[in-house]
Amino acid sequence: MSAADPLIIAGRELRSRLILGTGGFPRLETLAEAIRLSAAELVTVALRRIDPQAPHSLTEVLRERGVDVLPNTAGCFTARDAVLTAQLAREAFETDWIKLEVIGDERTLLPDATELLVAAEQLVAQGFVVLPYTTDDPVLARRLEDVGCAAVMPLGSPIGSGMGIRNPYNVQLIVERASVPVILDAGVGTASDAALAMELGCDAVLCASAISRAQDPPAMARAIRAGVEGGRLARLAGRIPRQLHAEASSPFEGLAEL
Amino acid sequence: MIWLNGRELDGCDGVTVAELLAELGVEPAARGVAVAVDGEVVPRGEWTRRAVAAGARVEALTAMQGG
Repeated sequence: MSAADPLIIAGRELRSRLILGTGGFPRLETLAEAIRLSAAELVTVALRRIDPQAPHSLTEVLRERGVDVLPNTAGCFTARDAVLTAQLAREAFETDWIKLEVIGDERTLLPDATELLVAAEQLVAQGFVVLPYTTDDPVLARRLEDVGCAAVMPLGSPIGSGMGIRNPYNVQLIVERASVPVILDAGVGTASDAALAMELGCDAVLCASAISRAQDPPAMARAIRAGVEGGRLARLAGRIPRQLHAEASSPFEGLAEL
Repeated sequence: MIWLNGRELDGCDGVTVAELLAELGVEPAARGVAVAVDGEVVPRGEWTRRAVAAGARVEALTAMQGG
């Protein structure tokens, strides 16, 4: 996106409206290339036990690419675990920013609304910049904003499902009411899903699996970036209203009598 | 006995957090690492001073790929 149209979260300007999730990339080299082609400035990471056998290089790759880390609390099922994970992430990555995930169900990975709200409130009180992964419920999105979240991140459909935006009307309702950025998180399957999110008025898209599990992840990173940019431009341009009948674009006036 | 990342470590009661991290091949100056002992964060600045009591559960974490 052009520098003239930055995304602003908690007072910080981002030129890219695509946030990249690092999960699912088969190799770190592929991730590095996808970061470059996505032009993302912010990428998510999870916090896991140190594996002495594993090459300790994800942090290095991210530093080399010059992107900032947005740690997540993926895998947490309670507010308590999510808050502690956020505190550990702050210690590890020296950032107050946290992608707050509190999962309620292993099969759907849908957020647990009540735990999420409790965790969000506690983390805001502890000075975190909280970006909560939430359902597409407009009321919950407003409650999260009310407790001080810096953005709201509704799902389009379940994590990794690639099902796109199942309820665009809810996403529109969230956008209409929100005074913090709305980031479509989860469910994007391909570039048109990302474009639709932006056309609906989302401020940004967070995307992992659609890119990392594509047949050619770097190429999909480019495609989804283009989708985000195209959708944003279309949103700003203002689309024509839908109507049932045709409306000729060539004039009837001056039509030849043949 | 101490639990380090879910693994039992014998004969190391009273060692410091920094010494436990060395077990995992982590230098004291390593970036992108955080430690919790019994569910509480131990700030980086305390790693060399903080002794870990017998029976403690230590979690030493770092960045992994994740959405």
